[in-house]
Amino acid sequence: MSARTAAVSSGKGSMRRGRRSRLVLLAATIGAAALVAAACGDDEAAEPAEAEAPATTAAPVEEATGAAACAPGETDGDLAFYNWAEYMDEELLAAFEEQTGINVDYTTYESNEEMLTKVESGAAIYDLIVPSDYMVDTMRREGLLLELNYDAIPNSANIADEFNNPPFDPDHLYHVAYQWGTTGIGLTYDVLDLLGGESTWAVIFDPDTAALVPGSISMLDDAPENVSAALKYLGYSIADVINSQNEDAIREAGEVLRATNDRLLKYDSVTFGDDLVNGEVDVAHGWSGGFALSIFEADAYETHVYTIPAEGGVRWVDTMAIPHNADNVCSAHAMINFLTDAENGAALTNWTYYGSPNAASTPFILEEILEDPGIYPPPEVNARLEFIPHTGDLALLIQDQLTNAKS
Amino acid sequence: MFLASPGALYLLIFFVIPLGLITVYSFATRTSTGRTSLSGWNVESYEAIGDEIILGIIGRSAWLATLTTVLCVAVGYPFAYYIATRPRHVRAVLLVLVMIPFWTNALVRVFAIRFLLGSNGPASALSESLGLGTFRILFTPTAVTIGMVYSFLTFMVLPLYVALERMDWSLTEAARDLYASGAKAFWKVTLPLTRSGIVAGCVLVFVPSFGSYVVPDILGGAKTLLIGSYIARQFRDARNWPLGAALSVLLIVAMLVAVALNQRSGSGAEDGGRPRGRKRRPGQGEAEPVTAVAS
Repeated sequence: MSARTAAVSSGKGSMRRGRRSRLVLLAATIGAAALVAAACGDDEAAEPAEAEAPATTAAPVEEATGAAACAPGETDGDLAFYNWAEYMDEELLAAFEEQTGINVDYTTYESNEEMLTKVESGAAIYDLIVPSDYMVDTMRREGLLLELNYDAIPNSANIADEFNNPPFDPDHLYHVAYQWGTTGIGLTYDVLDLLGGESTWAVIFDPDTAALVPGSISMLDDAPENVSAALKYLGYSIADVINSQNEDAIREAGEVLRATNDRLLKYDSVTFGDDLVNGEVDVAHGWSGGFALSIFEADAYETHVYTIPAEGGVRWVDTMAIPHNADNVCSAHAMINFLTDAENGAALTNWTYYGSPNAASTPFILEEILEDPGIYPPPEVNARLEFIPHTGDLALLIQDQLTNAKS
Repeated sequence: MFLASPGALYLLIFFVIPLGLITVYSFATRTSTGRTSLSGWNVESYEAIGDEIILGIIGRSAWLATLTTVLCVAVGYPFAYYIATRPRHVRAVLLVLVMIPFWTNALVRVFAIRFLLGSNGPASALSESLGLGTFRILFTPTAVTIGMVYSFLTFMVLPLYVALERMDWSLTEAARDLYASGAKAFWKVTLPLTRSGIVAGCVLVFVPSFGSYVVPDILGGAKTLLIGSYIARQFRDARNWPLGAALSVLLIVAMLVAVALNQRSGSGAEDGGRPRGRKRRPGQGEAEPVTAVAS
């Protein structure tokens, strides 16, 4: 059972992925502004779905069954591919179309929740989606994902072992890793020097250390991320706290957030990277991709850097999965197989500047990406990264911590 | 009856059905995966509203909406008075100037304000050139208040303008003839006659600013949670649709009460204004046009 925090706010998508994000950013915010309207629409859409499938409500943990019988590379019709915005090299899609002779109907979303609502309501039918880690967990528990037939995806053997036993899909039935990244701190080299060259969560959470920062500090506006950061600062393992249902630790993290609130310039999940390179803030909590993009666009490599704090940070992975109501299941398998090919996987990362889970791709990935510790952290840093596990019944308690902090 | 059906259909599809759905969802249950279960009706979401933190959020939102409304009256009344007392052709130009920002997307305007108030923006550049140091106002309650007043000022100015423009100015002249001072003529004649415009403007400003969440989030840095953001969060991050729906119902009810009060006091002002106005110019000095703007 279990719950779900919708860890990703709508802005996350645009900064996590996104090379030309200005318009996307605006669109994301406008999308957020239309939320009340959207919520009404969702209600309407969700109603018939509930009526048709009352069983799903009765039994929340419901496994979608039956792996599809497809041969590798077999297609069974045009592919409806629903992916994050700015997260795909269109040339790869063209190559796939040429190779298979089918068309790819490619559409994009800005947040996991947006995608979830569409799939859950049946408002649109997709063959292939790209949910993030925790969303895989939510969707498989709700019976919204189809079991994959890994025999039809021989290239899935290319995925590095560390991505094949994730907590969000323990039996590894529903997903193939797509791209991955981390949550940490972006700061100026000046501040990093003041910290003795080692990044730490204390620069946000410890009053004395934070006082060293000449400028302002910002944090994400995302309860699971913020609580996780505070837990890391306090020395907890996120997984231990969640799995042992340690409510006291979560409340302790909430107290840290509350004490930090007045010290922050703002909470922001959208423009944190730009605000850092523009000098609006000197220290920002945020996603690796957002910082990589802003530092790249402003050519601020000399002055600003994305770091993973010494205490460790959060790691996330986006995955390819097939919705339970997909029409062209074999085409979806063919696309997953195509994208997990060594060279295609590298082409993807060379376009997105995110980490590739594809071990066989490494020789084909640009050196500047492989050597960027913000994208490929060294092993000792990697060891300190954690997924935010399925928060289950703690989801609302975690949300409350950020609410309390702002009260 | 037949002619009214498109309007009725519109209301049904865009008002009654969504409102009904929200009401239904407010009595539903959030499953532990965040799905909304329509079985097992309960009032838990409404009970949750009694929580100290949520009441605090509602209280803060009400305070900000009140402050916005008061400031809008303070700025909007002299503004509308100035426009209404210009010659007709100047009035038309001034009104268009009031309307132009209103035609611009609200979000674009909020981002424009954010740029203006930012530490790299013109306000900051000015203060630095005057030797006053960097201008630090963005992401403070002051910035939120400025943004709110700016966003909703049009809603105050237009009904006030209509009320002032329709007012029978010979009444103030009469007051002056009878040796009332300018201030006294304003307090005793102009202000009471435009009361319906003030009330309509206040409702038009208070209601949307109470639920506003774009301005506080963008200009306030989301540091202080208000009811609009909190509701959005329930539908998005927390996936607690029943609580979000219950809070929405509460807001809608509060809004309906405010509108009902407006109707009442609007008709009260009419009663006060009408007899005198009617003697001179039938059809003038009434509150209907204002109410029409409001609805």
